[in-house]
Amino acid sequence: MTRVTVKVDGSSYTDDVEPRTLLVHYLREQLGKTGTVVGCDTGNCGACTVHLDGRSVKACSVLAVQADGHEVTTIEGLATNGQLHPMQQAFHENHALQCGYCTPGMIMQSIDLLAENPDPTEDQIRLGLEGNLCRCTGYQNIVRAVKAAAGGAK
Amino acid sequence: MIPAGFEYYAPTSVDEAVTLLHDHEDAKVLAGGQSLFAVLRVRLAAFESLVDLGKIDELRGIRDDGDALVIGAMTPHSVVQIDPQVFDHARLISLATATIADPQVRHRGTFGGSLAHADPAGDLPAVAVALDASFVIAGPGGRRTVGASEFFQGVFTTAVGEDEVLVEVRVPKYTGWGAHYEKFNRVAQQWSIVAVAAAVRLEGDTIAEARVGLTNMGSTPIRATAVEQALVGQPATADAVRAAAERAADGTSPPTDLNGDADYRRHLASVLTRRAVLAAAGTG
Repeated sequence: MTRVTVKVDGSSYTDDVEPRTLLVHYLREQLGKTGTVVGCDTGNCGACTVHLDGRSVKACSVLAVQADGHEVTTIEGLATNGQLHPMQQAFHENHALQCGYCTPGMIMQSIDLLAENPDPTEDQIRLGLEGNLCRCTGYQNIVRAVKAAAGGAK
Repeated sequence: MIPAGFEYYAPTSVDEAVTLLHDHEDAKVLAGGQSLFAVLRVRLAAFESLVDLGKIDELRGIRDDGDALVIGAMTPHSVVQIDPQVFDHARLISLATATIADPQVRHRGTFGGSLAHADPAGDLPAVAVALDASFVIAGPGGRRTVGASEFFQGVFTTAVGEDEVLVEVRVPKYTGWGAHYEKFNRVAQQWSIVAVAAAVRLEGDTIAEARVGLTNMGSTPIRATAVEQALVGQPATADAVRAAAERAADGTSPPTDLNGDADYRRHLASVLTRRAVLAAAGTG
């Protein structure tokens, strides 16, 4: 076991973890942050996307021990005082989900996308979400939501 | 799924990393982990120990060293992709890096990790070969430098030994050269079926120098020297480039797999070389 101290969604946690524990399993099973989901075992789907020190990563492709001393934001840490994050609000208003399974990862990656490029074209949005799969194929409204969130941020 | 258990080490210096690798049987270097975790998760591979290079500051960053850029092995793709020095002096690297996987993977995946992994379908090896990069490797006996042509030895196999660490990659400057990375794949975030890395230096409308590297046309990245020689002295026109690109597959033994057979890959190599060179010359 290795001791790690990680700040997750604003709170600091110190835990003993096995080195082989993936960040996504630490978040879900040890911290109860089940908002971050596991969608695949290949690293392709992006459903488990979280922010590590402010940049998007796939939490299935990072070890919990690698997050030691770092800061993680999950989908559960976006809303403040009961107010949805503007990207969550945009997904809600544009009906950017069908089954909803890919949504946490889509939202986390969309926020990263706008942080890098505040006014993306449709092509840039699609490329920026390349690492996130929607098996309902509901991409149209997801792209619309990101555009709306970008517009709202101006 | 969950990887099989392993001991985890996070050294803070290259020497410490080399010692750990030397002292532990069945130890594996962990760079960005974006290829390694995929195989550990489904237990296609398991190691007694992982030596994580993530805490070694020396391995990160890009510096100007006169006639070359030096890229630290643990510099993430997302940093390389937008680095202005890389864009000015080795644009082929910027362009190829932008096509690697997806943004999340580029935040974690590293320049050196991708090269040392030496996946035949990986994007950076062909670029390194085309640009004649050299590789600084640290081991128990000190540091040595290996040229790109000796670095890549086979599928997932490089000159980096089991108790060695890739420290940095020296890339000669190609200031003012045009560049293009033409990657052919079927769906988003897919590996290259074939890709072509091209850089050209024009004098007026004439191609004065050319560098062409091929991805996934063999077990190692390949420098298309026949194309390079055929391009030099030619005008950067569609006809001249098309004729030179016919030779892209000369001497190659491309793989046959579900994405395409060897003949199809030879065809792709020629088509993609034409596109890459024309785009690099600014006439595509």
